[in-house]
Amino acid sequence: MDINSGDTAWVLISTALVLLMTPGVALFYGGMVRAKSVLNMMMMSLASAAIVTMLWVSFGFSMAFGDSETPFFGSFELSNLGSLINEITVNGGEFPIPLLLFVAFQLMFAIITVALISGAIADRTKFSSWILFVGIWSVIVYFPVANWVFDFGNQNGDGAGWLAALGVIDFAGGTAVHINAGAAALALTLVIGRRIGFKRDAMRPHSLPLVLLGAALLWFGWFGFNAGSALSANGSAALAVLNTQVAAASALAGWLVVERVRDGHSTTLGAASGVVAGLVAITPACVAVDPIASIAIGMVAGALCAYAVGLKYRFNYDDSLDVVGVHLVAGLWGTLAIGIFNSDGLLSTGSFDLLIRQALGAITVLSYSFVLTFIIAWLLMKTVGLRISEESEIEGVDLSTHAESAYDIDTRIGGSGTLSGIIKGRA
Amino acid sequence: MKLITAIIQPEKFEAVKAALLEADVHGITVSEASGYGRQRGHTEIYRGVEHTVDLIAKVRIDIVTTDQLVDSLVECIVKAAQTGQVGDGKIWVTDIEKLVRVRTGDENEAAL
Repeated sequence: MDINSGDTAWVLISTALVLLMTPGVALFYGGMVRAKSVLNMMMMSLASAAIVTMLWVSFGFSMAFGDSETPFFGSFELSNLGSLINEITVNGGEFPIPLLLFVAFQLMFAIITVALISGAIADRTKFSSWILFVGIWSVIVYFPVANWVFDFGNQNGDGAGWLAALGVIDFAGGTAVHINAGAAALALTLVIGRRIGFKRDAMRPHSLPLVLLGAALLWFGWFGFNAGSALSANGSAALAVLNTQVAAASALAGWLVVERVRDGHSTTLGAASGVVAGLVAITPACVAVDPIASIAIGMVAGALCAYAVGLKYRFNYDDSLDVVGVHLVAGLWGTLAIGIFNSDGLLSTGSFDLLIRQALGAITVLSYSFVLTFIIAWLLMKTVGLRISEESEIEGVDLSTHAESAYDIDTRIGGSGTLSGIIKGRA
Repeated sequence: MKLITAIIQPEKFEAVKAALLEADVHGITVSEASGYGRQRGHTEIYRGVEHTVDLIAKVRIDIVTTDQLVDSLVECIVKAAQTGQVGDGKIWVTDIEKLVRVRTGDENEAAL
């Protein structure tokens, strides 16, 4: 089969779009924390890009998509990508795009999934331990789960991951990305514990414009995330683009309605959060439902998450930036919604079969991710430690960990301070 | 010599500045300030959680003037800054021991 340049061009662009979502997450999260920890928040996302990229091209791609006898993981060998330059992509069928492009596209998913988790552990995490967590979690949790969900095997479907083979519908990662990251976020925050001053101090977002900029980049990049997953420039990709837009817009509206009725004010942070909730919910469903159903999926996602972000105060866990309340909850809803709105789903056929299959996929990934993450986090806590010292946390993780401060807003010319040491690394 | 320090509502700053110019005041020092008095704070909402913001933005004006002019300037600021609501601010007057103009080294009344 020859390479199709139209399909290839679209997936090339989509790959870059999905990469852009990781700095998008950095800005989205960075704006939501206090000024003393914005840099650390952003660095957690950037570190994910560094670590996961190297792991993925070394052996991660093989673990997720390599040929194997089992439906639980790919092959344990080096990916050896240099020898694959003339291969086309085979994933449950032949796609006329280079295999190396599929490798790059899927890499961006691996990066953002672990970056999403960082929102739960803002302000207090030891950066070196986060780096270790990113590597270990990707290998033990993400690579296998990507195999379960995204590996459709050879042309005949042989060697597919077990959830894919079972017919669980997850087009772009409602389970593998969002439920996975959300469940991991819950486990990690339970192990690491609450921030000093949780439920006592005001922890206002220090920059809502940054949050909005991040949400805008996520919204933009998500078209590549969802429609790029078609691996073709075709009708499925177009449906994915349309549904993605409809759900994001509807969830924005849904979240704002809840805020207006409950709190008396519609907020900017609510709008940005609603967009993300809608994008998460439509991710698994973006080619599985009609655009009219996407309105319902989006509205419910926005409204549901607007309530779900309050759960942490009731149950007293410090999921700082609501990774659980947005990604886990909207991921679950979107995955289950397929069982309702799909043409094989409850509304069309009256049968619960698909809904039950979707629930099985969701619960499996949720449980696997939660349990394994809990163990990884606990072992890290007992060995290298997960938290910075109390003094560092109060002073601000930016200064104590990175020796930087985000803002030097000062009317004195050149800002404050004097150059006090040797300039290291000077040629 | 006296130092007049006025804490006023930020939205009244332009009116006060205009009134002081009218009264022939040559120099003022302005800084952003925050604090609370009887007005207390206001409420902000983030993801459904109410935060009480105690400290409210104010503008602080410092003016050095002669003993003769002090009462009329205070009156002038009060007139320009007053809305009658809580949060209008405070003005206090303190004695100045010594004043020096940096450019010339002139002291006290000559430095005004």
